[in-house]
Amino acid sequence: MDALDVETVRKDFPILERQVHGRPLVYLDSAATSQKPQAVLDAMDRYYEQSNANVHRGVHALAEEATEAYENARGKVARFIRADPRGVVFTKNATEAFNVLAYSLAANRLGDGDILLSTQMEHHANLVPWQLVQPRAGFEIRYIPVIALGPDAGTLDLDAFDEIVATGRVKLFTVTAMSNVVGTINPVADLAARVRAANSEAVVVVDGAQSVPHLPTDLLALEADFLCFSGHKMLGPTGIGVLAGKPELLDDMPPFLGGGEMIANVTLEGTTFNEVPYKFEAGTPPIAEAVGLGAAVDYLSALGMESVRAHEVALLEHVLPALNSVEGVTVHGPTDPSGRGAAVSFAVEGLHPHDIGTIMDREGVAVRAGHHCAKPLVRLLGSAATTRASFYVYNSVDEVQALIDAIEATKRFFVR
Amino acid sequence: MSSPLDDLYQEIILDHYRKPRHRAGELEPHDVHVHHANPLCGDELDLRLRVDSTDPAAPRVGAVVYDGDGCSISMASASAMTEAVTGRELADADDLGEAFRLMMHGEGLKREDDLLDGVAFQGVAKFPVRVKCALLGWMALKDAIGTYRDGNQEHRVTHE
Repeated sequence: MDALDVETVRKDFPILERQVHGRPLVYLDSAATSQKPQAVLDAMDRYYEQSNANVHRGVHALAEEATEAYENARGKVARFIRADPRGVVFTKNATEAFNVLAYSLAANRLGDGDILLSTQMEHHANLVPWQLVQPRAGFEIRYIPVIALGPDAGTLDLDAFDEIVATGRVKLFTVTAMSNVVGTINPVADLAARVRAANSEAVVVVDGAQSVPHLPTDLLALEADFLCFSGHKMLGPTGIGVLAGKPELLDDMPPFLGGGEMIANVTLEGTTFNEVPYKFEAGTPPIAEAVGLGAAVDYLSALGMESVRAHEVALLEHVLPALNSVEGVTVHGPTDPSGRGAAVSFAVEGLHPHDIGTIMDREGVAVRAGHHCAKPLVRLLGSAATTRASFYVYNSVDEVQALIDAIEATKRFFVR
Repeated sequence: MSSPLDDLYQEIILDHYRKPRHRAGELEPHDVHVHHANPLCGDELDLRLRVDSTDPAAPRVGAVVYDGDGCSISMASASAMTEAVTGRELADADDLGEAFRLMMHGEGLKREDDLLDGVAFQGVAKFPVRVKCALLGWMALKDAIGTYRDGNQEHRVTHE
């Protein structure tokens, strides 16, 4: 494993050269969306300049090139997470992937007496779709609580998990592999195995929106049936996400959206559907975005996901003690870098996250302030909002210091 | 020398943030209690209004208190609002709220003397994402007056 050379990496990201309010940009909001390397921008430009056509139809050269580029991207993504390419469905984003599962899987597979088990740690994308189909399908939704205080703060309450699983009624289990608020890495494979042991018919869904960009991912090792993630958080463009899963399960599911591309035959009396994954890709897909995501996957693979993870652990080893040494700062979530990702939420005593975010912005430091689309978790932390600094491949130790300096500047501003 | 950030957080606003006026979670007795939430940023504000109906034809703001969890702009603006509206006829307080709203949307400055420290929030208009923070207390007051007129005591509002 080669250590990641952050100065070289930074040169690949044109946006990092710009200034904000006269200061060098310190971008610490990658958990919201990552920046894009030149290779991704070039791949998308090249596609539009050279090969643009619709996919899976037409016999001309451009149509063939576009189809090849699109399917190559699918293959790259499949290899990146060690999945069967027939089980890699391109969606608009992770949110759409969850919606496919809510409407095409949960609404059909679950009913009265079944439990859909989720957690208090989930992003709204992994909460709301299930809630929308629940009244019609009739299943019960239960949530594993998150421990609020003590050495295990920010982790799932595994006793409560065991109690619910022991009912044998958990038919679908959905969990994030890494919290977007407190960074917690959940023991997904272990939890999945326990759910399956209690009910062999249970399906396991994993939110990989934060984990796939930052950790080596192996769909089989995760013990997951489905994995949902977004392209834009992993150096790719917006407008593309992935629903990866077992082809045989996808086969059994009815389509989510209907239209062109997803059909085998259409008469005015009815329609037979295309095979997976195409059954779930109605209409012209986000072709250039898939090409961009393929380039992003190439970029990450060249860095090596083990190196990406090691780089972020090294940053965490700087940022966690540095934050804890600032008077009045409380860091949420696991304290050991090995148990967490590089999304770091914190509170500053007496200061509201929006004020912190605004003052930091003037220092050139981009952080997120708010509920991070995970209101149940943020509420548990005792607030309506937190400030979150999130790190990625292009962030340096110097930028950790810029964060600390900006927090100190904010404190001075409000107590002067 | 004035930077945009100084405009946003000028001394008057910081003063209301550090030394809030009429910030309390109780007002006994009160006629109306409204709860306003801004789910996008998580700000929450409770406002209690006591109406002085000595002249039944022209009820006034007898007392108003606020409490909540929010950024300095939202809490300071609510504080300045309470000073500007206490003692005013309800219709007049409503009108003053409209003057504040127009100022925040950069649509002219009216009744600046009546707004008292509220005028200091003009600078916030340059920060579009923060305008809703400055408006939260005033929106709650407008709603409290409307709720009172409708003959109700409680109202909860979630802003989009």
